Amino acid sequence: MTRKGRRLVVIGTAGAVLAGALGLALNAMRDTIVFFRAPSEVAAATVPPGKRFRLGGLVDANSVKRGPDQTVEFSVGDGASSVPVRYRGLLPDLFREGQGVVTEGTLSTSGVFVADTVLARHDESYMPREVADALKSQGRWKGSEAAAPAQLRQATQ
Amino acid sequence: MTAELGHFALTLALGLSLMQCAVPFWGARAGDPVLMGLAAPVALSVFGLIALAFGALVVAHVGSDFSVLNVVENSHTTKPLLYKITGVWGNHEGSMLLWIVILAIFGALVALSDSLSLRLKTNALAVQAAITIAFLVFILFSSNPFERVDPAPAEGQDLNPVLQDLGLAIHPPLLYLGYVGFSMTFALAIAALIEGRIDAGWARAARPWALLAWCFLTLGIAMGSYWAYYELGWGGFWFWDPVENASLMPWLAGTALLHSIVVMEKRDALKVWTILLAILTFSLSLLGTFLVRSGVLTSVHAFAVDPARGTFILVILSVFIGGSLALFAWRAPLLRPGGIFAPISREGALILNNLLLASACATVFIGTLYPLALEAVAGAKISVGAPYYDLTFVPLIVPLLLVLPIGQALSWKRGDLLAVGQRLLAALAAALCVTLALIAWRSGGPVMAPIGVGLGAYLVLAAASEIWSRSHQPGRPLAVALRRARGLPLSAWGSAVAHGGVGLMVIGIAAQGWSTETIATARPGSAIEVGGYRVEFRDLGSRVGPNYREEVATLVIGGSSAPVAVVESGKRFFPARATTTTEAGIATLGLSQVYVSLGETYPDGSVGFRLYHKPLVLLIWIGALVMAAGGALSLADRRVRIGAAVRARPVSAAVPAE
Repeated sequence: MTRKGRRLVVIGTAGAVLAGALGLALNAMRDTIVFFRAPSEVAAATVPPGKRFRLGGLVDANSVKRGPDQTVEFSVGDGASSVPVRYRGLLPDLFREGQGVVTEGTLSTSGVFVADTVLARHDESYMPREVADALKSQGRWKGSEAAAPAQLRQATQ
Repeated sequence: MTAELGHFALTLALGLSLMQCAVPFWGARAGDPVLMGLAAPVALSVFGLIALAFGALVVAHVGSDFSVLNVVENSHTTKPLLYKITGVWGNHEGSMLLWIVILAIFGALVALSDSLSLRLKTNALAVQAAITIAFLVFILFSSNPFERVDPAPAEGQDLNPVLQDLGLAIHPPLLYLGYVGFSMTFALAIAALIEGRIDAGWARAARPWALLAWCFLTLGIAMGSYWAYYELGWGGFWFWDPVENASLMPWLAGTALLHSIVVMEKRDALKVWTILLAILTFSLSLLGTFLVRSGVLTSVHAFAVDPARGTFILVILSVFIGGSLALFAWRAPLLRPGGIFAPISREGALILNNLLLASACATVFIGTLYPLALEAVAGAKISVGAPYYDLTFVPLIVPLLLVLPIGQALSWKRGDLLAVGQRLLAALAAALCVTLALIAWRSGGPVMAPIGVGLGAYLVLAAASEIWSRSHQPGRPLAVALRRARGLPLSAWGSAVAHGGVGLMVIGIAAQGWSTETIATARPGSAIEVGGYRVEFRDLGSRVGPNYREEVATLVIGGSSAPVAVVESGKRFFPARATTTTEAGIATLGLSQVYVSLGETYPDGSVGFRLYHKPLVLLIWIGALVMAAGGALSLADRRVRIGAAVRARPVSAAVPAE
């Protein structure tokens, strides 16, 4: 094979692999991304049932009810509205009423958010950024970024 | 006093780093050997000072000096000694200090190494000093671990209980040794660009550093994965979480770098690409530090962070990545391009390896950063999870694994595909048998699992056949083959072992297709079924640890006749932080595990459990250990060892005249 031919093979392969990777990424992006929704957006009926999304906000006080067979029901709110959530399984250690939470699942036709994932955190003062933004948009966010989670924690104690 | 000493040592180290950056660089420009010679002793002093500062912080933590804010926020008098020590880097400030300690260790290693030419070593140390300066400024001005608090409280707030684990002693140091280790190849690449000259000698000098960093990064990621597996109580080993991806990206780029350096060393080709990879790998390490330390991404592994610090790291990030890429664009055309070569050859296969690894890395990069970009542009908040990576990463990695044994068996310059095919036929046939047997045995199970296990078996067998075909000649007795196998270069063993480790890991991951999960409530005395095991819940008790109270369920795992293991699954309550952690009960049965998480206790006395049976799950981490062991074997090879004497006799024209 000539020098030019070899170079063409290398460049051709590189182009094919890169184009393939890009195609895969774009294609996957279309079908697999999951949007984050605040409770107010869900209440405004902008999310169709059966579509997978992440719901984040604060776990409403006195809303956690434990049913049989490890089902848990609670509601997630952002001050303006709240959405009932059903989940089966073990809740993360840092799951508490009044604290920020992010769950992932789909909305049932009855308006209950059926979550299959409740995101765990490693740190009790960590507030997921999306939740902080959702609270800010409802005017529920108090104080500076660093101080607010601590205030929220005190509010629940 | 200790805290002030530490603070002072850091400040002094900053001053010396400025000197280490400017003076030797000037010396290298002016060709002054005295100024150039200054780099090594100054680098050693910087290391000494930073180590002293780190020691001062350790002393403050161990002695529970609550006049230091960092100790107040992260320690408690009742905390066990091990966690008082590991708690030093279990927080933002201390973790950045650990980062820079490791940077200084690598600087000192370069200073002591005699395998580099003086000019290359000088320039590399100057580049290293620039990184040290940036991070020292960051620590001193925005994350000072030695800040005092007055009046000093009587008791600290304790370390986050999730971190009170042996994992904290092992995972961050290993991960940082990997991340920061790639600063060495970065510094060497920048030094080469400054010199405007690069050759096989550069590759020989850079290869051990890349190998060393790669081994540590492999171990660090594997250790982090195992820690998350047993600590989070979910039984998952990889979540495709942004923080995990942040460590995977430099690993993928580093793996590509490792292979392209070999091509450069052996064939004097791929030079510009190797330099670019060295820059990108460390840039991705910096990006990883930024993503983890800034909190811009929502992650299951995230900790509370101060956004101002994120901005600071972002500035460091842009200066280093932007600066090095600009330098690359300016100077790379000066580098004499390497030769072009036959597509069917070892180097051709390594190009394919690099292409696939780089593409896989790019898809992870897109998946990790696209949510950030989209939010900045369109304001929409999205998350990208496992389904995305199943559709992008997996289709790129599987072809890589399929051609891996072929590339390994091809010879340099001109390979013979037919001969390689014949050598691999046995491995391929055996792997196919494994797959078919598994499909027959587990009929109706997941389709991908037997195929994945077959792929892993193919990799392991091909690695073994690589050693076999290099040592065995038809017609010669076995003893001769064994002797020849012992005589093979360690780097040949290293590559076979590391590739076998990849196979083991693939088997472990694929076997998770057969894992089973049971969510159930049980009363003491009753039993739950999981993965063919009968798990009897014996009783629920409580006990008191040094700084926690624990509720423990004891469960007996029964085989077909006699019990095979007893596990304790608990929940620990840490009063100092009013936090609970789950301590999963894990029974290791061969290479498989039964994993029990404790849930809620109900008023009627029953207890919720989540149980998993994870077949062959240990192979995932054993595979990573074997990969790192392969890297270590290569590193032990006389020809690549750090500090190996430079050949006096030029092997080819490409070796620099010293």
